[in-house]
Order: sequence, then C-alpha cells, then structure tokens
Amino acid sequence: METLYAITVGTLTACSVFLILRGRSFPIVIGLTMLSYAVNLFLFSTGRLIVNELPIVGASENTTDPLPQALVLTAIVIGFAMTAYSIILAVRVRGEIGSDEVNDYNYAEQDGQR
Amino acid sequence: MLTKHLITLPIIIPMLAALLQLLPWGERAQHYRRIIGIVASSLTLVVAIMLVITVHTEIVVYALGSWQAPFGIVLVADKLSALMVLLTAVLALPVLIYACHGEDNLGSHFQALFQFQVLGIMGAFLTGDLFNLFVFFEILLISSYALLMHGGGKAKLRATLHYVVLNLTGSALFLISLGVLYGITGTLNMADMAGKVALLQGDDAAIARAGGMILFIVFALKSALLPLYFWLPQAYANTTGTVAALFAIMTKVGIYAIVRVFTLIFGADAGEVAFLGYGWLWWLGLLTILIGALGVLGSRDIRQVVAYLVLVSVGTMLTTLSLGHNDAISALLFYLVHSTLVTGALFLLVDMIAEQRGKTASRIVKGRKMAQHQLLGGLFFLAAITVIGIPPLSGFISKLFILEAARTGAQVAWLWPLILGATFLMMIALSRAGSRMFWHTLEGKPNDVSHPYWQHMAVVLLLLGAVALTVFAQTFSGFTSAIAEQLANPQGYISHVLDGGQHE
Repeated sequence: METLYAITVGTLTACSVFLILRGRSFPIVIGLTMLSYAVNLFLFSTGRLIVNELPIVGASENTTDPLPQALVLTAIVIGFAMTAYSIILAVRVRGEIGSDEVNDYNYAEQDGQR
Repeated sequence: MLTKHLITLPIIIPMLAALLQLLPWGERAQHYRRIIGIVASSLTLVVAIMLVITVHTEIVVYALGSWQAPFGIVLVADKLSALMVLLTAVLALPVLIYACHGEDNLGSHFQALFQFQVLGIMGAFLTGDLFNLFVFFEILLISSYALLMHGGGKAKLRATLHYVVLNLTGSALFLISLGVLYGITGTLNMADMAGKVALLQGDDAAIARAGGMILFIVFALKSALLPLYFWLPQAYANTTGTVAALFAIMTKVGIYAIVRVFTLIFGADAGEVAFLGYGWLWWLGLLTILIGALGVLGSRDIRQVVAYLVLVSVGTMLTTLSLGHNDAISALLFYLVHSTLVTGALFLLVDMIAEQRGKTASRIVKGRKMAQHQLLGGLFFLAAITVIGIPPLSGFISKLFILEAARTGAQVAWLWPLILGATFLMMIALSRAGSRMFWHTLEGKPNDVSHPYWQHMAVVLLLLGAVALTVFAQTFSGFTSAIAEQLANPQGYISHVLDGGQHE
C-alpha cells in the first residue's frame, strides 16, 4: 500500500510541476490544483498509513494519528479558496490583457498558437 | 485579566476592526471605516508597547483554549516577537493615515483588507506552532493578493498573477516541509520540535535536514532571497504606495521566520542538524546584495529603485544572520527596524512624488515642477541619506553595527567590499534620481496636484522613527543585544513553552 501511495503522490507532483512550468495561465492553475492534491495526500501519510483503526490511544493495539487529518482538512479549505481565487484572477487577466500568456502577452499574436 | 490576555490582543483587535469595517455602514461608509481603522491601529500600537514592556522580564506563553503545549496551540511572545509586533504597529498607523486621504477609495474594502493583513502579520510573529505559522502566512498572503491589485490596471494584474502563482507554490512547499518534519518528529510545536530534532540520528536526521531545507526555501521565497526574488521588484513597483509601504514588513516576516526557526529548531543545539542552511545564507545573501545594488543602479523608475533597495536590505540582513554570533543578530535586528521604517517612508514619498509630477510620474526623467517641490525634495533627501547609510541618521549606525559584526578575515574580505560597494551604488542611483526629479525641472508653472499635510505627516512620522533610532541608539542596541542573547539560549524559550503555558 505504501508503494502505491508513494507512486500516486510522486506522479501527481511531477505532473503538477510540469504544468506549473507552462507559459499559460490555465495549465498553471490546473497544476496548482494538482499540487495541492499531492500535498494533501502527502500530509495525510505523515501520520503513517494504518487501516481500520481508531484514533484513540488504548482502544486497540494500533492507533491512527488524528492530527494529519486535521491538518489536511485545513489545507483543503485553504487550497480550495486559493484555487477559486487563482481561477478568477486568471480569467480577469485574460479579459483585461487579452491573452493568457503569463509573461509575454504578444507572443501568441507573433508566432501563432503554441 | 488584561495582562493575562494581552498577547492575544494584537491579533484580536485587527480582526474585530476588519469585521466591523465589512458591515454596511450606509451613505458615509468610508468615513466610519476610516475611523474604525485608525482607532484599531492606534489601539494595536498601545497594546504592542505594553507587550514590549511585559516581555522585558519574562517570556509570555498563552495556551489557546487552555490546551497545554505541545498538544495545544500556543502563542508565545519573547523579546523578538514583541519587537516585531511593535514594529508592525509603528509602521501600520502612519501608512493607514496616509491611505485615509484618498488611496483607500481606489478599490473596495481596502480598509478591511488592511486590517486582515495586519492580523496575519501579527499572528505570524506571535505563534509558537509551525502549522499555525502556515495558517497566519496564508491569512497575510490572501489579503496581500487582494491588496496588491488595489486600484486595478494591467501592470498590477500581471504582477499579482505572478505573485499569486509563486506564493501558492510556496505554500505547497511549506505544507510538504511541515509534513516531513511532523512525520519525523511527531510534533508541530516549535519548542517541542527543537528538543526532538536534536535527538535525531542517521537517516532520520537526513530526512529532517531535507524538511528543514524545504522550509528554508519557503522562507527565502517570502523574504526574497536570491534566486527567489524575481517577484519582488515587479510587485512592489507596480502597486500603490500605501500597499508597498505596508509590504515593507512582509519580507521581514520571512526574515523573522528564518531567524526564529533556524536559531530555535536548527540552531547550535540541534545535534546532527545544527546550523542547517547557514552556509547557503552567507553566499546567497551576498549575491542578493550585489544583484539588488545593480538593480538600484539600473532602474529607470523611482518606484523600482525603492523596490530594489528592499532587496539590498534583505541581502544585508540574511548575510548578517549567517555570521551567527550574538553581535551579528543584534546588528541584524537593528538594521531590520531601520530598514522597515525608512522603506515604508520612501514608498509613501515616491507615491506622492509620482502623483505630483503628473505625466512623467515615477520615471526618472526631466519633468515639470511639483506643487510642493521644496517639501517633497527635503523629505526625499532625508529619506535617501537614511536609506543609503550616510551619517548622521540610523542607516549609518546600523551599517556600522553590521560591519563590526564581521569577525574573521574571510568575512571581512567578502562583507565589507560588498556592503560598502552597494552603499556607493545606492548613493549614485539616488543622487541621480533626486537631481533629475528635483533640480532638472522644466521651466514654467508647477503642476497643481498637491497633497494634504496629513500625508506628509505620515512620512515624517516614519522618518522620525529613524531619527529616534539614532538618538536612542544605545538603549535600542541594548534591547537588540538582549534579544540576541535570548535567541542564543533557546533553552529558556523551550522550557517556558513546555512548562509555562498555564494561563487560560
């Protein structure tokens, strides 16, 4: 289970890094969203992966750690709000400047679609 | 009762003020919002002063909801936190006074966002928990995203998009490093983590090092250390003066976090992970000074000049931190206070200059005379010699302390030429800018845009802070030495947090 979990987190992170390095705002926003998923999964795993146990000490032999779950919850809330904000910002920039290029806004007009 | 809960007030006052400001206030809404804002900022200042007096004798620990550390979240005010809280309050009040004369009308909810920003900054300084630090970072970032766009316009939007994307990535890295550190130590309380990290060995220590270095990258991004500074000149140069002036404290939040975490958790007592990142700080800090000075010299826009001045100050502070000994940290804190106040003053001043010059705005070219030519010129001269470090004001004294802090031959050989060279380049750039804008003006009648004296007062207040820093340099450097002393002996902090948080 640990291997599968690690591969999932790694793949998500790799994809998100690739997307964030793109030159247009839409892939970047998608990349940020994926990065926040990867981070949430990673945070969840920091309490070790334990299946079917209670988060109460003494209730059974193994206990699961409740703190990472609380952290993930906080991170999800903040990440969700920030995704919404960055989408709105990207749309606003697209509308105001007329291009979704992050750096050079005239690029698309000069060289056609990238 | 009040002294017991004093430490929560710098967080609660701005929060309540911001919530009140968000209410619909009828026709003269902005008027009431300004009153609430000014009252709240003045109250925060009073509370901050009381906090500094309180922490003179003890470290204040406040366990939120009476949940004791390391399980609950604690607020901790030692001398360093109290100084930073006071600095924020001292900066925020003049900036808000300046903003209340028109700039807050450029976009909606400026006043509330301002208070939320202050709330986030105060919280980041006062918290004793790493995850809580992340949450307060997010609060201050979210309000800064909105403030950066205040006033609208293409240049601001573009700068904001870059800033938001970079900081969201930074937040993700912050969470990853917290996850790593939590996974290896099982705690998020800074004092508790300091104790646990020191016991790590072998592979665990290596993982903790990795987590610590990711944390270092995050704080370096916030404080704009090379090579993570590219967002700063653009963001600071394009936003409005008030926002830029308030942001003068933002890079210092990053520096505070580096000072706190890398003296407490990864400091001298940390066993296998001791002095993590100090080697990087030294070289990157020196390079940041160099790049910042070249940027100051190369900018054709006075706002951008000031933005690069921020960069030079960041480099200077982090290089000084990497020297590691008590005098260096004391010098760093002295310089931090000086640079925050004078940068804030410069951003406000440049904003007025740009408005009064009309079409040429903030570009460093020949232009029309300004309506309040003499006054602005005088203030600019004063602020410029302070920020460059020419005697007699605080810039000179703080640079002297920093140069004195370099001990060994190699340190002197690298630090002195770079800091003195950067000072020289700053002097050239600022005297060129000043003479172009104030002496080489076009013939004819001056522009008719002028500013109310309250706005000049705001700048004067901030500069008076620099003057006070010069007059009371002895007292103040005594205080910064005491802070350095406290930081060098984290045992006191740790034992206070783990045993002392008995308040409700």
